Amino acid sequence: MKISININSRLKELEVKPNETLLSALRNNGYTEVKCGCSEGECGACLVLLDEKPVNSCQVLAMSIRNKQVKTVKGIGTLYLPHLIQKAFVEAGADQCGFCSPGMIVASYSILKETGNRPSKEDIRRGLDGNLCRCTGYVKIIEAVGMAAEKSLQEETQKPEAVCTNM
Amino acid sequence: MYKYVNKPAEKIDGLSLVTGEEKFTDDFTYNDMLYVAILHSGYAHAKIEELDESEALKTKGVAGVLSYKNTSSILYTTAGQGYPEPSPYDTRIFNDVMRFVGDNVCAVAAESREIAEEALKKIKVRFSLRNAVLDFEKSESSGIIIHKDDNSHAKIPVYFNPSENLASKVEASVGSFERAFETAPKKLTCTFYTQYASHCAIEPHAAVTWLDSRGRLVIQSTTQVPFHVRRIVSSVCQIPISKIRVIKPRIGGGFGGKQEVLLEPVAALFTWRTKRPAKLVYSRKEVFTSARTRHQYRTVFKAGYDTDGKITALHLDALENSGAYGSHALTVLSNAGSKTLPLLNKIENLKFTGKGVYTNLPCGGAYRGYGATEAYFGLGQIVDMVCQETGEDIVEYYKKWTIKPGETSPVFQALGEGKEGVAMTIGSSSLEECITIGARESQWYEKRKLYSHSTGYNDGRYKRGIGMSVLMQGSAIAEVDMASAYMKMNDDGSFNLLTGATDLGTGSDTILSQIASEVLDIPLSQIVVTSSDTDFTPFDKGAYASSTTYLSGQAVKKCAEGIKKQILKTGAEMLNVKLDLVELKNGFVTSKVGLSRVSFEEVCRYSFYEKNQYQIQASASHVSPKSPPPFAAHFAEIEVDSMTGIIQVLNYVAAVDCGLPINTRLAEGQAEGAIINGLAYALFEDYYFSEKGRLLNDSFGKYGVMTAADIPPVKVFLVSSYEETGPFGAKSISEININGALPSIANAFYNATGKRLFSAPFTPEKVLEALEK
Ligand code: FES
Ligand code: FES
Repeated sequence: MKISININSRLKELEVKPNETLLSALRNNGYTEVKCGCSEGECGACLVLLDEKPVNSCQVLAMSIRNKQVKTVKGIGTLYLPHLIQKAFVEAGADQCGFCSPGMIVASYSILKETGNRPSKEDIRRGLDGNLCRCTGYVKIIEAVGMAAEKSLQEETQKPEAVCTNM
Repeated sequence: MYKYVNKPAEKIDGLSLVTGEEKFTDDFTYNDMLYVAILHSGYAHAKIEELDESEALKTKGVAGVLSYKNTSSILYTTAGQGYPEPSPYDTRIFNDVMRFVGDNVCAVAAESREIAEEALKKIKVRFSLRNAVLDFEKSESSGIIIHKDDNSHAKIPVYFNPSENLASKVEASVGSFERAFETAPKKLTCTFYTQYASHCAIEPHAAVTWLDSRGRLVIQSTTQVPFHVRRIVSSVCQIPISKIRVIKPRIGGGFGGKQEVLLEPVAALFTWRTKRPAKLVYSRKEVFTSARTRHQYRTVFKAGYDTDGKITALHLDALENSGAYGSHALTVLSNAGSKTLPLLNKIENLKFTGKGVYTNLPCGGAYRGYGATEAYFGLGQIVDMVCQETGEDIVEYYKKWTIKPGETSPVFQALGEGKEGVAMTIGSSSLEECITIGARESQWYEKRKLYSHSTGYNDGRYKRGIGMSVLMQGSAIAEVDMASAYMKMNDDGSFNLLTGATDLGTGSDTILSQIASEVLDIPLSQIVVTSSDTDFTPFDKGAYASSTTYLSGQAVKKCAEGIKKQILKTGAEMLNVKLDLVELKNGFVTSKVGLSRVSFEEVCRYSFYEKNQYQIQASASHVSPKSPPPFAAHFAEIEVDSMTGIIQVLNYVAAVDCGLPINTRLAEGQAEGAIINGLAYALFEDYYFSEKGRLLNDSFGKYGVMTAADIPPVKVFLVSSYEETGPFGAKSISEININGALPSIANAFYNATGKRLFSAPFTPEKVLEALEK
């Protein structure tokens, strides 16, 4: 059946099966930037924002999110207009294989949002707790989130909201 | 001194990765595609007496079933190694004997994943159960033969004896261990255990296959070894190599786990037979149970030493649990000796004996560290024990007794990979400096003394300790591994670099570009990299054995030098000056006399359109005469809660000699990732089995992977040296740093408590047990 969801600020009609997870519905409809590492709610690779709250999309039924807003990593920033968190990840070397990155970026975005760009190191570590990364050992990911927070604070005066691209 | 190498360059695919733009195997979907699901054995050891797929085939949407009944019985090894592989040929795409819980019974392809999974339930299998070997130490004496009369054989002349459950056996010796041990004034004999582990690459294994417009089979898969995949699929599926193309997209981590040809033959056969695209993706549970693991090990060390601490005799006896099939059984085993024993090269009497035994448990395979991790756990503690006995500081001990530049070890030649090794003299090493820096940064001297269990500092519930160990690994397999590269010049002075090297997320596409940039003195943005597509890129043995930067990097360097020569020649012709009077500078060919110069763009246009036309292009291959070891010194500071048995790592310092790091940031990242994986392995990662051999902790949640909230402070110091045989002095860094946590933490534990940990992981139960002894 068809449901309409707002994905990355665009209204979309998705064809979904009754028991389909949001993760599967997104991926089957071309949103392959949302990754699947486990389907069991334990790796965070499938993390998306649902009405601005981070959720593991493999643990949500697609049917249940009618009329909600979904934001994937591409709703936070794109290759052509990257968010400063994404730039910080690359600058810090927090991107090895990058399979965890879409989820990590979503988690980082939430950390910055929830702490008003003033996360403590503990906030960062706790905020990333649901996202597994086997490549980096998290050292540079934690660093990247810190860098992004600092940049965001600096830019706050000029740009109150992070740029979202939907061209 | 350098412009593009030895710099923290950003990954060329970085922004595309973090914006979700890059595609991984499972992100590709094709029209009319079939989804494949596999039925796995629930029994550890059983023969399939009857397999009835008729009901499954009747299910609407099912396109076919593959099993031993309709697939070839050609034997092969799933290990993606060079040909002929040193691993035994002991498996088939589908066997009729199930040798572990998780073995492949059969596969279904259907219109959707759901239908395929539904159909699996309708397959009726009648098994006759066999007794299973679930304890690797009892395998040889069990009387149960796991590969009985199945024609399993070794492809190369090595010891292989399935009738004794021996997947591999290695022996090497130097001097006379027995004599020296007998007369040694001091002696030690200790037994250590290391456990199973899963690689836990966050991307599960996957393969997507289809036929191109000319009927050729295209395989896109999560592989570290695209060229080996092509060769092995060709051989087991009986499809000519000319009809196969393997493409590696972005890979979500490998760590050795994807050096295995597991899914590709199954998906390929469905596509080949149905002419339809097919996709097979492992669930996380399948990755844990049916993909490959780290081998379980028992190592017994016997050391004889003088009163001044000089070890005169050392015997390492290793027993490896190879699991149901012998993938990497021989080479991981020999590496347990060859990557560890040369470190203490002043030991004159050495013996290495090892066996890899079959069991009815999940299969071992390649895993970052590859035998060295397993052996350093014991070796690092043996060195600490000797020092505790003689009163010498272990830091000074390692400085004195480890291998130095200009020195060799007979072990290099004695222990190869299925054949004799290659003699080698150490060219580069900054190990002494690594030890010094690590000691300084970890405040070794102050803390070691303070925490020493005799000072009284640790009399309370919480006990602190600091320990260290020294490590080496290799860089590629000497005189075996080959890598190659091809480059051509484009009109605007940019270049295409085509390389078989396989970027698994390690950043090798970036690193190889940096090397080409450095040779040609042009920015990274001018190099367009294509890697790992068997139709377009030249051969590379693949990403394993810590080889890409060192080996593939040297191939790229040679290739870029070939390009440079041609650019200089054409430039000189255009400038009308002698060849020895021109040089490359900043994207120009410049005359050393006078001011004239021509840009790369002009050079290429000239070569395309003006005079003496030709394509500026070059290719190069590289095989290394040696496998220069990277070195590292690791320091761990811990706190032991003697009530709960919980070990907390307070600080971890690693000083690493990887030669000249081509990309400093990526090199640090490799070290950090390996260290955290090593720490988790030392502290809690393990496989727990039911009495019937079923893996109990087959999910991330139950298995436990370290998260950002768990990690201790980790500091990495890259201490450069210059390796003559590597590109711009580079050696490897990917594996070595996973080896340090086990011995360093165990030595710290001794410093804190005066007790030894002989069995990993150091769970609270084992810690409490050790404290009670
Ligand atoms: S795929 Fe959803 S948490 Fe792992
Ligand atoms: S970068 Fe590979 S899993 Fe995080």
